[in-house]
Amino acid sequence: MSAEHKEFRIKWGMVIDLDKCTGCGACMVACQAENNLAPTPDASNKKKVMNWLVVYELTNGKAFPAHEVAYLPRPCQQCGTQPCASVCPVVATEKNEEGGIVSQIYPRCIGCRYCMAACPYHARYFNWLDPVWPEGLDKVISPDVSVRPRGVVEKCSFCHHRFMKAKDKARVEKRDIFELEDGEYVTACAEACPNGAIAFGDLLNPGHKVSALAESPHAFRLLARLGTDPQVYYLSRRDWVRAQGDNRLAEEITRG
Amino acid sequence: MLKGKFLPLDSELLPEGSERCSLSKFILWLLPIGLLLLWGLYAAFKVLANGLGVTGLDDYFGFGLWITFDLAVIALGAGAFFTGLLRYILNIDPLKNIINLAVIVGFICYSGAMLILVLDIGQPLRAWFGYWHANVHSMLTEVIFCITCYCAVLVIEYIPLILEQRQLDRIPLIRHLAHNFHVFMPLFAGIGAFLSTFHQGSLGGMYGVMFGRPYAFREGFFIWPWTFFLFVLSAVGSGPLFTVLIASLMEKITGRKLVSWEVKSIMGKIAGTMLSVYIVFKLLDTWWWMTDTLPSRAGLTFDQMFYGWIYGKWLMFLEIIICGLLPCVILLKKSLRERVRLFYAAALLDCLGIVINRYVMTVQTLAQPVLPFDSWATYVPNWVEWAASILVIAYGAFLLSLSYRYLPIFPQEAALNRDCGSLGLPGRGS
Repeated sequence: MSAEHKEFRIKWGMVIDLDKCTGCGACMVACQAENNLAPTPDASNKKKVMNWLVVYELTNGKAFPAHEVAYLPRPCQQCGTQPCASVCPVVATEKNEEGGIVSQIYPRCIGCRYCMAACPYHARYFNWLDPVWPEGLDKVISPDVSVRPRGVVEKCSFCHHRFMKAKDKARVEKRDIFELEDGEYVTACAEACPNGAIAFGDLLNPGHKVSALAESPHAFRLLARLGTDPQVYYLSRRDWVRAQGDNRLAEEITRG
Repeated sequence: MLKGKFLPLDSELLPEGSERCSLSKFILWLLPIGLLLLWGLYAAFKVLANGLGVTGLDDYFGFGLWITFDLAVIALGAGAFFTGLLRYILNIDPLKNIINLAVIVGFICYSGAMLILVLDIGQPLRAWFGYWHANVHSMLTEVIFCITCYCAVLVIEYIPLILEQRQLDRIPLIRHLAHNFHVFMPLFAGIGAFLSTFHQGSLGGMYGVMFGRPYAFREGFFIWPWTFFLFVLSAVGSGPLFTVLIASLMEKITGRKLVSWEVKSIMGKIAGTMLSVYIVFKLLDTWWWMTDTLPSRAGLTFDQMFYGWIYGKWLMFLEIIICGLLPCVILLKKSLRERVRLFYAAALLDCLGIVINRYVMTVQTLAQPVLPFDSWATYVPNWVEWAASILVIAYGAFLLSLSYRYLPIFPQEAALNRDCGSLGLPGRGS
């Protein structure tokens, strides 16, 4: 059964400039702190570590001195046609709210992990064990984000609680909640990036700079040909970086 | 029981006209099975008490040995619904001699799969959400519906076998109840065939719909990807032979003849026919996936779907040619099928092929890197996953042992062993 394509009046999106990213990992740390991700006691097995946002290292595969690297932060791509939501047997994840953020309903998730199998971006994570905060660290748990028990899947929510706060503020000021100013709602990773590599805003609002950035000739999306229609765009002026955004057949590669 | 012969302590409970080993020997047989059961239960306890972190599963391999095991036993347990369909709906009469065993094996497979699923889902207490918050667009919802309903059908089919136990059968009410169950059995066989077809298909559909996973993704017909039909066909092409293999294994262990060669041969012929239909479509599907779906939808080549030895092309060759085409030829050609060793080799290969298919669809799908800058991932199940899987096998052996000893499940047993006795063949077992 094919997945349903969802469109909204507002489309929260992210544009990440890979030429500005140094791979410092501040976005990952900010995300962990903001979203109450418990520290992993043994983080040696990277496939069992909880990170809603992961920074991948890309290389051009050439030897020194032609060797180049790039860093690619990967949050949930908030796909327009989600491989994950359509397969969830209990509607624990869906995209049906203005803004187009793919939700995750922790109290409803049964932990079957079918969504994880279906997501080609590895953007979904499972709570393999009970989350434990070391003595004292529990005092920094944010009251804005619910903590998750073991046995459920979780993922990047584009800091959805910040969206709710921005909407509350607009309501109090008697403004249209669907006409938020650029920068009024940004994710923790975008805020923390020291190089300003991560831009966040409404992709459909010409007043938000992401709408222009996404149209850049240097912009691309990960695995776009699979038809997932992600709301996360990447920018790079380097051909070899853009070439790694999708799988291409030998005859399709003309440059880079 | 023959006069003057040794009678087991529980002889009054044994099926009429049958011969069984002593009770102490039977208990001795159950002992190692019990130990394996305890080991598996300990693993199950570890998972339920501490969480799935104690397994070898990780964020790349959310599905692993357990899902492979579930899909394999559900496919191999298809002997129950398919034999039921042939026996009760299509009236292939000789199959009445193996249908009871097919039902028990089916029940073991399905209840065992559900037991594993209880461990495999992160929140087992929320399992009922599949009904309460059902997402009708998900193939897994259909699987949850059909597996639970079909397991209930198998319980209904198993009950009359239990009611026919020698002492229970003496009670008129129970005897009539068992009789009436049998009268309605075609109805349950029909429901079972319907439910089973759909969930076998949905299990295949689960993989085929994953458009983000090029190894598994398939185009299809209407809402069903081709894997939907392939999983149904492969299940009916192997399930009946798995039942035959279990019957033959029981004959080896007990030293008694339980099912006639004629019945086994019919099962082999039917499974071989279904397997040949499956293999034709599997070859077509693989060709279309290789030449169209993969390059056009994912921008990937056939070669990129394989890696090293562990995820090599040899697995596909083994699955489709050695464990697919070869058993087809043996099972369809009468002169080959009638040669006992070849027949059993074909049955084993057939079942192995289906297990490999379920394995690659589960594990290789997840191991293949879709992101161009990612690399192949490997997965090794740990002892907890093995122990829980062995728990199901031990549970099956336990249930089969009890059913064989105390229930009249093989209608031909008395007649076949009377002949054997006159020929001087072994005639007493556990």
